[in-house]
Amino acid sequence: MAEKNLPMREALRLALREEMLRDDRVFVMGQEVGEWQGTHRVTRGLLEEFGKKRVRDTPISEMAIAGSAVGAAMAGLRPVAEIMTINFAFLALDAIVNHAAKIHYMFDGQFRVPVVFRAASGWGNQATATHSHTPEPIFAHFPGLYVGCPATPSDAKGMLKASIRSENPVLFTESIALYSKPGPVPDDEDFVLPIGRADVKREGRHVTLVTYARGVEWSLEAAEALAKEGVECEVIDMRWLRPLDMATVFESFKKTNRCVVVEESLPMYSFGSEIAARLQDEMFDYMDAPVKRVTAMDVPLPYARDIELMALPDTQKVIDAVRAIV
Amino acid sequence: MAKPTKATLLDWYRQIVLIREFETECDRLYKEKKITGVYLHLYSGHEATGVGAVAALEPRDHVITAYRDHGIALARGVDANACMAEMMGKKTGTSGGKGGSMHLASREHNFWGGYAIVGGHLPLAAGIALEAQYNATGAVVLCFTGDGSTNNGYFHEALNLSAVWNLPVVWVIENNLVGMGTRIEDASGQPELHKRAVAYGMKDMGRVDGQDVIAVHQAVSEAVAYARSSGPVLIESMTYRYKGHGVSDRTFDKRMQEELMEWIEKRDPITILRRHLEESYKDVAGELDKIEREVERVVAEAVVFALNSPDPTYEDLISNVYVEE
Repeated sequence: MAEKNLPMREALRLALREEMLRDDRVFVMGQEVGEWQGTHRVTRGLLEEFGKKRVRDTPISEMAIAGSAVGAAMAGLRPVAEIMTINFAFLALDAIVNHAAKIHYMFDGQFRVPVVFRAASGWGNQATATHSHTPEPIFAHFPGLYVGCPATPSDAKGMLKASIRSENPVLFTESIALYSKPGPVPDDEDFVLPIGRADVKREGRHVTLVTYARGVEWSLEAAEALAKEGVECEVIDMRWLRPLDMATVFESFKKTNRCVVVEESLPMYSFGSEIAARLQDEMFDYMDAPVKRVTAMDVPLPYARDIELMALPDTQKVIDAVRAIV
Repeated sequence: MAKPTKATLLDWYRQIVLIREFETECDRLYKEKKITGVYLHLYSGHEATGVGAVAALEPRDHVITAYRDHGIALARGVDANACMAEMMGKKTGTSGGKGGSMHLASREHNFWGGYAIVGGHLPLAAGIALEAQYNATGAVVLCFTGDGSTNNGYFHEALNLSAVWNLPVVWVIENNLVGMGTRIEDASGQPELHKRAVAYGMKDMGRVDGQDVIAVHQAVSEAVAYARSSGPVLIESMTYRYKGHGVSDRTFDKRMQEELMEWIEKRDPITILRRHLEESYKDVAGELDKIEREVERVVAEAVVFALNSPDPTYEDLISNVYVEE
């Protein structure tokens, strides 16, 4: 398959453009997606190409952005609603959790909600406590919603296209720190990745690193460093927090018998907690060491650079966690 | 606008009496513990608003409301059997027994549901209207909402968005003067709620007597025509709830008994319409009595249907969490 080397934001834009060309029902809406060309430039050029009907600037109204996208989806359109950053999705939490996720069930299948909520996520550049959230696990708590969190430009394209084509609501987060990082992207308009399928990004036999989004980069760097010491890590990029592909984790764990979970989010009631719980429940007989978790520290994120970084996961923290159990 | 015909008025009378009878029966069944869900918000007292407004729509148009939704479902023609079965959490209910009193819906009637988060359905209405505009279907959305919803963010955001995008929505505030227990003047800086339209640059259709079905129909018909051709419009329908916030609301009876009795005596939707019919048509009383007996039979049958319907199963518990794909 032909490939292009693109940063993640370009891969996402390609996915949006291809799906808009393919299906007239698909449109994008959100704050500054049109005239401003997108806060993170993901929607750059779309207004010029598709016009105001399909590239819709909205007021700063997160509740209405999310809620009207739900209504439009119920009525048969395919909205891709951009929540400028995931921090602002807390304002839309009710529309996402109580309506997008529950309407299909609550009315016993009478309505479908094929909406995609796109949101930039994560910390960096001293954005401070209110603008540095990675709350994907909060959304993944709720049945009825899918949650996708790509780690590479290729996955970003294939996962966003899958989300847009899905009949179910999807919360789709994009790590701000990954927007500019390039990678090979299939130049194929039908490159659509399956929803809920993890991807083994590196094979190894000693320790399973279970991660997603930005954690993939730290995990791969840690695996590279540890390989020099003779420790072979298998890196599983979950890609989706819901559906959660535990089969791939279990298969790996049967081989390695050890696991470190790596995530950018906070430690309590987290992705890591979930993975660890499932492993102890279903893989107890294969377990040779406690499941370790690398997460952000349990504090709000401060402004000052040094202590901000101190609070956050990085490659070295992953290496340290692996060393603790091998 | 042409005056409603006798046949139309009789049909409205039937609907209003049907809703009243249905709600009275729900109240009784709740007390008998045949309806066991904690939340049951009755439409008694509001009937003329729902019936008059919904009658202004065409089949292609859309209706959505909050949790006081039984009357809207019935006015839209949703089967009383399925509504009653939903009250009892039966598989034959409008939502398969998974939604309950606050979550009736019927896709085939373009009735998009009752919603139980105050104001939460308002942006949904805007989104449904966006589809109508996007695909140029010519449909409008009739969105009912309570006075209490006008003070949360959903109201502001959804109405503003509908104005910015010029969406075909008729926003109908059913102002029954009180939230759960907080009176409108203690909750709204501007208790004349229709005036909010000015803030959004939206057509303000003012207040209408929500107990007079003919007046409601007249006003909402104008609003629907406006929405279909020009954009969103706001109407405030002045009404009153007879059974408190929900049937478990006992403080209401005590605190507002005098006011309630005055509304029932002077502004009851059934009395107002019946008087109008009797003044307009000689010897209509017999027809009205016949309608009342027919409605009693329909509701009694609905209760039997619901009681005899199967309960949902484990398969229902786990179905429709996601669309299978």
